[in-house]
Amino acid sequence: MFVHLSAFYSYRSLPFCRFFLQIEEEEGGDSFDIHISVSDPEKVGDGMNAYMAYKVTTKTSVALFRQRDFSVKRRFSDFLGLHSKLASKYLHIGYIVPPAPEKSIVGMTKVKVGKEDQSSNEFVERRRSALERYLMRTVKHPILLKDPDVLQFLESSELPRAVNTQALSSAGILRMVNKAAEAVNKMTIKMNESDAWFEEKQQHFENLDAQLRKLHASVECLVCHRKELSVNTAQFAKSAAMLGNSEDHTALSRALSQLAEVEEKIDQLHQDQANADFYLFSELLGDYVRLISAVKGVFDQRMKTWQKWQDSQMLLQKKREAEAKLQFTNKPDKLQQTKDEIKELEGRVQQGERDFEQISKTIRKEVSRFEKDRVKDFKMSIVKYLESLVQTQQQLIKYWEAFLPEAKAIS
Amino acid sequence: FQFIGIEHVVKTLRSVSVDLNNDASLLIDIPDALCERDKVKFTVHTKTTLSSFQKPEFSVPRQHEDFIWLHDTLVETEDYAGLIIPPAPPKPDFESPREKMHKLGEGEATMTKEEYTKMKQELEAEYLAVFKKTVQVHEVFLQRLSSHPVLSKDRNFQIFLEYDQDLSVRRKNAKEMFGGFFKNMVKSADEVLIAGVKEVDDFFEQEKTFLLDYFSKIKEATAKAEKMTRSHKNIADDYIRLSATLNSLSAEESTNYYIIKFCLKLFQNFLRVCLKKVEGRVASDEELKLTELLRYYMRDIQAAKDLLYRRARALADYENSNKALDKARLKGKDVSQAEEHQKRCLQKFDTLSESGKKELTNFKARRVVAFRKNLVEMAELEVKHAKNNMTLLQGCIELLSGN
Repeated sequence: MFVHLSAFYSYRSLPFCRFFLQIEEEEGGDSFDIHISVSDPEKVGDGMNAYMAYKVTTKTSVALFRQRDFSVKRRFSDFLGLHSKLASKYLHIGYIVPPAPEKSIVGMTKVKVGKEDQSSNEFVERRRSALERYLMRTVKHPILLKDPDVLQFLESSELPRAVNTQALSSAGILRMVNKAAEAVNKMTIKMNESDAWFEEKQQHFENLDAQLRKLHASVECLVCHRKELSVNTAQFAKSAAMLGNSEDHTALSRALSQLAEVEEKIDQLHQDQANADFYLFSELLGDYVRLISAVKGVFDQRMKTWQKWQDSQMLLQKKREAEAKLQFTNKPDKLQQTKDEIKELEGRVQQGERDFEQISKTIRKEVSRFEKDRVKDFKMSIVKYLESLVQTQQQLIKYWEAFLPEAKAIS
Repeated sequence: FQFIGIEHVVKTLRSVSVDLNNDASLLIDIPDALCERDKVKFTVHTKTTLSSFQKPEFSVPRQHEDFIWLHDTLVETEDYAGLIIPPAPPKPDFESPREKMHKLGEGEATMTKEEYTKMKQELEAEYLAVFKKTVQVHEVFLQRLSSHPVLSKDRNFQIFLEYDQDLSVRRKNAKEMFGGFFKNMVKSADEVLIAGVKEVDDFFEQEKTFLLDYFSKIKEATAKAEKMTRSHKNIADDYIRLSATLNSLSAEESTNYYIIKFCLKLFQNFLRVCLKKVEGRVASDEELKLTELLRYYMRDIQAAKDLLYRRARALADYENSNKALDKARLKGKDVSQAEEHQKRCLQKFDTLSESGKKELTNFKARRVVAFRKNLVEMAELEVKHAKNNMTLLQGCIELLSGN
């Protein structure tokens, strides 16, 4: 299974592009499809207690679900709540849990206060799109799809309010990861990396993280400049129209007015292209920067697991030494207690080793799955982005070819 | 970083003013130019069949200041008061690429070698574009003069073309002689025109209204066009940075995932070669056609306004001389002197009006033709570039989808 993004463009009616993710069947794999859309943002309540409710629609043939086509209403904190539950269940055993979208106090306050302006509309659209991508990434994970919390999230009409959503954002995850990393640094015994694969992969993800962040920053710059170009084109169109009005040669005056109209249309093109730059390119990169934090998180969980195992082993060692000393004293009760503790610790050490092996195995599978999906995701997005550029060029050709006879008509 | 002089400037676009340099009796062009630091040395090449020149073909080196000297002497010449003096070419402005060069030098440590080389190439291209523009604008100035029936015969113009010594001595003398009298007056030209001497002639009344309004509109349009093309350039620069980062990214991807490495390499190559070239070219072609057109005619309209101003002054002088004549008649003193003065003023005003009418009519025709040519060429270029872009993009998509 892989995820790909499709873009819908409407140059006239909608101010924004609609993007949705679609899972496609793998050849010869299970025929298993699920498609989630997040739509119809609706403001509920007033003032600072107001929130946005989103409609989450699932269309699926997967047997796990009670219906094939159903929807529920969810708010942002519900998504965070879902993520928190999944993270607490799966992160520590090595699964890469997709991070939830970022919180934004500034963005939400504007919406709450009731500013119906373009920037708050853009914010809501950006969030809606991010929530959709988040859900799609979550359900395409074969283990997470089967999780009861996920099923409940998608199906139940009522959902208990999620509290304590502070630690749940991806910023929260990152904090958790950093804490784990700190703990790792404090380790006095270095981990014996007999498995070079993990070391190599960790380094790879570090480098990838740096590169993607840089790329993301460049694309954000591009989006910004593209929006500027749109504004400047619109302003030029107006000034060209005024020049056309002032011009006393009739044919030239008409041509200048036509030029103004063409530039106005091109302004719209630039706006649409800026949206494509943003949703197909910039947001993709942003998502992957956050995803890679989650990947780094599981590597650190593995370290923690190893540490736990080592700690148990050290404790066992100490207890054994204590047992040896107690042999020469006449304290049968204490001796028995120590023997019991040793037994327990032996069990713990065995469990620690099993846990470590299990998480290592899981991570290997997860990383492989992650990388495969990433390749397909990037490739699809690149193609879609190039297609958006093609569309812009096609429109440009149309507009300028229409203008040409007008310019030639000047006599 | 020293920008090395260009041996032969490629003359791609010389279409701001049309139909110049057609008269074989006096052909002028600037085939060559050198850029040292910020000083540009133009090679002015003349081919002529006129006997007023010493040789049939010759070249001289000239600096920007020499062009300004020539323009100013023409403006100050009383005999040319009824003509539209072609606007002086603006000073060569390497500010923008120079600033970028500075930034590039500062940021060198933070970039990869490839990124640095690429940005440096871009800068060289930008220097070249500024360079081409300034040569074009200086060339057009001379060609406007050579195709004008009256101005082409000007003695100082001939000196400018022919004198094989340094003109700087003459320039200094000129400054002392004229002291920029007319130029200072022209600054407040609009107010005189508007405050208004009563206009008896319909033609000039209409021209006045039209030119004043048109000037402000075209000034605005020029400014907006400049902003627009600057945005295009910014985007082109963004694509360079993007392609450099994509390059590093593709290097990072392990060989296990050959597909994505291939994808990224392709994407990155595409961005670097195609989009930048085309996007960048779109920025400079659009600029040359649209922005330069608007900028040039803005200055030309200023020159037309100056003509109107001079005529308005002549009219004012004539009216004053009338009043003086009446006063003299009343007093019975110096009547013949006053009559002479009045006759002269009237003559001057009539000559100005007659030649002014001709000049302004020609000006309109010239403007319409130039706009037509440039708008047509711009639209054709836009179509051409968009088609090229599309072909490249579609080729890329096919390659990527095939894998």
